[in-house]
Amino acid sequence: MSKRKYVKQPLSEWMKGEGPDSDVVISSRVRIARNIRSMPFPMMAEPQQSQSVMEQLLDVAESGRLNGLGQLERIRLSDLTELEKLVLVEKHLISPNLANESRNGALILSPNEAISIMINEEDHLRIQCLCSGFQIRQAWDWASKIDDIFEEQVDYAFDEKHGYLTSCPTNVGTGIRASVMMHLPALVITGQINRILSAVTQVGLAVRGLYGEGSEAAGNLFQVSNQITLGQSEQEIIENLHQVARQMIEHEKAARTKLLSESRPRVEDRIRRSFGILTQAMIMDSKEASQRLSDIRLGVHLGLIDDVKDQTLNELLVSTQPGFLQQTYGEALSPEQRDMTRAELIRSRLATGS
Amino acid sequence: MPGMRQTPRNAAFYENREWGKNGAAYLRNVRQGKGRTHPGNASRVSIHSLLSGLLDFEATKANGGTKQVGLQCENCGMTYTQFSKIGRFGCSHCYKQFSERLDPLLKRVHGNTVHVGKVPKRAGGKLKTKRDIDRLKKEMQGKIEREDFEAAAQLRDRIRELEKEMNG
Repeated sequence: MSKRKYVKQPLSEWMKGEGPDSDVVISSRVRIARNIRSMPFPMMAEPQQSQSVMEQLLDVAESGRLNGLGQLERIRLSDLTELEKLVLVEKHLISPNLANESRNGALILSPNEAISIMINEEDHLRIQCLCSGFQIRQAWDWASKIDDIFEEQVDYAFDEKHGYLTSCPTNVGTGIRASVMMHLPALVITGQINRILSAVTQVGLAVRGLYGEGSEAAGNLFQVSNQITLGQSEQEIIENLHQVARQMIEHEKAARTKLLSESRPRVEDRIRRSFGILTQAMIMDSKEASQRLSDIRLGVHLGLIDDVKDQTLNELLVSTQPGFLQQTYGEALSPEQRDMTRAELIRSRLATGS
Repeated sequence: MPGMRQTPRNAAFYENREWGKNGAAYLRNVRQGKGRTHPGNASRVSIHSLLSGLLDFEATKANGGTKQVGLQCENCGMTYTQFSKIGRFGCSHCYKQFSERLDPLLKRVHGNTVHVGKVPKRAGGKLKTKRDIDRLKKEMQGKIEREDFEAAAQLRDRIRELEKEMNG
């Protein structure tokens, strides 16, 4: 069955390491939340109601109206194992909420995995568009077009005053959450990061780690996203995020140049040590892996390491996660086996240099 | 639209899964996957627990210290008390039912209470006309105050046309 591809292979569109400013920005994402008028939100829906929501929304994909996106995969969450769900979470294709809490949850996925449409998550419909590099405007354009297609078929819960109505009041209005995933090692090393992040939170944006709300910023990866969804237009929200992210990118690039010119031996030493450890170590926990892989990524972008691709590093971000490791190497791995398998995987990927 | 209900249709759902008691902690447990290692589960304050803190605060303030339990959504049966605990609405109709309590909350979360972004195309035509009418009415008022009655009459005719268009 072709759904296996989505859980077996780490590669998604967002991991390609392409697109503008991909030396700092890993991916850009826009998520739109929508609901069907008069139908209770998923949390309050009776099983037959959430069933009918699922059928109605899956029908839009079936009708051929979304064919511009390619051959779509329609996956019912009930057809997946727990481990397969976890893998989809680790690939950022579905939310933990859809994986764990949904009833009659479903997923519509484009072949390159850039578009994932979640059904019966916290809201009836969540359209997510995930692009590689700094392409937040592009992500919004795509997501908005898909929104228009659904709107032709579905009567949305919309109110003149409050806009698109969502289950959580933090999403009401535009229903959009736009985010940019950035790798900011030089700002961390030079001690500028806290000042910058506190400035960012003062202009209505939130900063989180790799896996969203509550996750730590492991591996110097920071996700910057809009907080406000009501009272600003989508264009204002996207432009605000775009401008702030643009400034952060420039600061990071300046810090990298400064690092290289002022303390090259120390930086190079740090990067090569990490490279040595990753290519030799037998046991690697996930925290150390993300730190050292961050060093490698910095080394690649400073031109100190030249035979490792961004795509390899992005795939490793996902394939070294616990769920993915178990999926690849068999269901029951003890924590120590997991750390050994992780070390083995990293050694082999860095050795082939592909 | 489904009929009126006196009790939440999923009351049992809340009690069983302890949402009513401590929604945020429940959600955190679920997300942590009980034993399985999940990404993104460092100890944290969930957005919903923050929200329900705010909501409780608003509710208490609005009633001079005593919480009112009477408010309930006619469509899905969710009570305001439940909403203030979970921090999430039961259906789109809750927005109307709880509207008197909503603006202070939205103001705190978003700094705003009125949507200015995208509008569904189908609802768009009518909504745009309505906004045009509101704008023209204001303009007409201005003309009347400046005793420019000819211009005001022209605006009045335009408003009538738009109103006919909208209702027809």
